[in-house]
Amino acid sequence: MKASRLKYGSVVLMFVALFFVPELIRQLTDQTDRQQTSAEEAIARYGFVLQEVSQELGITFVHQRCDVDDPLKHIQPQIAAMGASVSVSDVNNDGLQDFYVTNSAFGELNHLYVQRADGTFEEQALTYGIADLNRYPEGSSMGSIWADVNNDGWEDLFVYRYGKPALFINQQGQKFIPFDGTAQFPEWVNSNSAVWLDYNVDGYIDLFLTGYFKEDVDIWDLEDTRMMPDSYEFATNGGKNYLLRNDGGLGFTDVTQEMGLDNRKWTLAVTSVDINGSGYPDLILANDYGVDELFLNVNGERFVDMGPTSSLGDIPKSGMSITAADFYNQGEFSLYVTNISEAGVLMQGNNLWVPTGSTMVDDVAVPLYTNTATSAGVEQGEWAYSGAVSDLNNDGTLDLYIANGFYSATPNTDYWYDYTKVVGANSQVIINASNWPAMQERTFSGYQQNKVLLNSGTGRFREVSTAVGAFLDKDSRAVAFLDIGNDGSMDMIVANQHAPVSVYQNRTTEDHAWIQIALTGTNTNSSAIGASVTMQWTDAQGQARTQKQSVSGGEAFSSQSARVLHFGLGLMDSETVDKVTVDWPGGSRQVFERLSHSKKHSLSEASERSFDN
Amino acid sequence: MSSPSTPTPNAMLPAGIVFPKSLIGPVLITTLLIGAHLSFGILDGYQKLLLAVITSIVMENLLHKYTKGTLKGISSAYVSGISAGILIRSAYYWPFALTAMISIASKYVLRYKGRHLWNPTNFGVSIMMLIAADSSAVLSIQWGNHMWAMIIIWLVGLFTLMKVGRFNITGTYLAAFVFFAWIRTYFTGDTFLTEVAPLTGPMYQLFALFMMTDPKTTVKNPWAQSAVVVLIAFVEMILRLGEVVYAPFYALFIIGPIALIVEDWWQSRNRQLSGAEAIP
Repeated sequence: MKASRLKYGSVVLMFVALFFVPELIRQLTDQTDRQQTSAEEAIARYGFVLQEVSQELGITFVHQRCDVDDPLKHIQPQIAAMGASVSVSDVNNDGLQDFYVTNSAFGELNHLYVQRADGTFEEQALTYGIADLNRYPEGSSMGSIWADVNNDGWEDLFVYRYGKPALFINQQGQKFIPFDGTAQFPEWVNSNSAVWLDYNVDGYIDLFLTGYFKEDVDIWDLEDTRMMPDSYEFATNGGKNYLLRNDGGLGFTDVTQEMGLDNRKWTLAVTSVDINGSGYPDLILANDYGVDELFLNVNGERFVDMGPTSSLGDIPKSGMSITAADFYNQGEFSLYVTNISEAGVLMQGNNLWVPTGSTMVDDVAVPLYTNTATSAGVEQGEWAYSGAVSDLNNDGTLDLYIANGFYSATPNTDYWYDYTKVVGANSQVIINASNWPAMQERTFSGYQQNKVLLNSGTGRFREVSTAVGAFLDKDSRAVAFLDIGNDGSMDMIVANQHAPVSVYQNRTTEDHAWIQIALTGTNTNSSAIGASVTMQWTDAQGQARTQKQSVSGGEAFSSQSARVLHFGLGLMDSETVDKVTVDWPGGSRQVFERLSHSKKHSLSEASERSFDN
Repeated sequence: MSSPSTPTPNAMLPAGIVFPKSLIGPVLITTLLIGAHLSFGILDGYQKLLLAVITSIVMENLLHKYTKGTLKGISSAYVSGISAGILIRSAYYWPFALTAMISIASKYVLRYKGRHLWNPTNFGVSIMMLIAADSSAVLSIQWGNHMWAMIIIWLVGLFTLMKVGRFNITGTYLAAFVFFAWIRTYFTGDTFLTEVAPLTGPMYQLFALFMMTDPKTTVKNPWAQSAVVVLIAFVEMILRLGEVVYAPFYALFIIGPIALIVEDWWQSRNRQLSGAEAIP
């Protein structure tokens, strides 16, 4: 009897101990530095510190979300959830980075902030003719991307909207005029992202434009409330995506269908890099309510979806953002996709797809990936929009910034319960906006803190946002990096939904070296979008190091960072990097040796190629 | 989620072939899982499911051997493990193992007069939502969203319950849920379709077809079974009005053990009364 009681007692003890396992795991795996530190302490400990300086730099932009038609009013914050975006460009070729932020409410203006020599900014969107873009029936701005469409050496602006997309041609840095070759642009597309890529490597930059709500949905004049996704995980009724071929800078042709890019997923984000080294840029799509997609470019003749083969398209989640970056200094791109997580309700987790090899499918090299987000400590976002990448402390490894938060309304209220009522239901229920419970000013994953995830270089990331002065709990959407003042540290702009934009000045430790590469294409598109640079250097410990970056035509969520590629190098004894290899779209390669660091280098594509693959 | 082990003749099988009742649960839930995964890929990965199942079986046999000196069959632990593997959603592996361990251990710890009080998976999942909500969630989305898939699963499930004599439990619960959903519309202002919508999702199918009908943790009298599930649906309505996401699990967690204790008290009282009447 006594032995039996003893056994029961020990089982009870074990049972009680099980309840403490989660807390134990929390304590053992916590990678968050929550303590606030002084600027000097932060620089000493992390190698950088961020300071919010929008007012000091003259940036006053406040995003206003758009209104919606009466049948959608009860869920307006969900329908009008996006539109705060940011893209960086040098509009007047003065060597200083400028940026453009979109507004969404009708009558509200988009802003173009042009950088002055002293590092402050002047708002000039009206002067440049790209301010007044939010009006019915043209639509409401959702984002923008920059590229030199006609290869005249000046950056042109594409604005995607819920409505008619618009392209503006840069008139030698003085003003913009609407492009008259947009006849084949869709009349209406509810788009939240777009990317430039020269898919056929003809030297002219082409455009991939995504659709979210179906293109027959006009949220200001709604004909049918059956316009929501028909499934939370397998939706098939999203907006059409478009591949628009640039015909020599004179106009665009819709080649979506012939290139095999027709689908009806709810695409929220897209980026483009040459992911398999074919010389042709590929497309990677983050889809809400479904699986992500990897479209490999087959010689510029067609795209094939290799998402399932590569593992990228295995599990349906709520893809919000996609970024390609060489996180592990392998000379290969990993892919970071943000999704939605809400404690106790929905645990999708973000994905960090790391390449593990490749396989051949019908003569196409398909990269294979494994998701290492959990072991890397970058899995737990929250309602994560942008997952943007830059080397914030110039230590030679790429860090992550996650913009979190969906809708901050009445504090201590929550819409999640109502949300779960419909999203777990059958398609006949979820598809109809009338069935979605009214939000009634309740918070929906609001007041969530953005994260700065510092790459240790050993495969783990540490959350340091509070410690480095970057606490931000607005409903953030887009994130872009640029070097304000050309001082060798990457500053950051965070576009917040229905809130002021946040601009962070970055002070990095002077111990860390850096190098910047500005590329200009001659045979290929002049913006050099799609070109990649592999940086090789030897650090102060004598270790050979490598990092690859690509010039982006749009990345993460509704954003485009400066196209000058910035490499942190960490501690250096040498005055130069070892080798800079530039791979241009189409496969040509140039190699530069012994470039000095801690400065910007402008490299043009050789008219006679120095080395061909 | 376990079943009595007595083999019983089955009208659907050829004469002479006996299908053990204890296999009905495992076969049904496995069929459902395989069908749903092959059609819609509901699992995040086989590894997590396998971890939950293996942990559950190992835990069951370890505890049974330790406390009673013998090993136990795998049927009950298999169903608990597979249920945990389907219901728990997490990017990590450990919540799957921990849910299985807590579920099984609860059977050996939380006992009243020789029987366990909670359905193991209901207990495990409910506790996980209290202690590890930042690392795990419960399946709350669809498998496929197609009407036919939902209807087939309900029909197969209800038919099986009818064959094993437990249709009244789930049938009554469904009716009560629909009635209370209608009541809730007056409080929430949402449409009836919105309030009844959760029934069309897989979480409810697992809950109503498997968890509620567990013979070990339901009362014996059919009328009492129906009364208890109406009570569960009522408590669920109250929790839902308080915007508790996992209201059905918590409602069963609260009402299930109380019902068993009341049943035991009632039976003891009746025995005493009949004993007293028997004394001249």
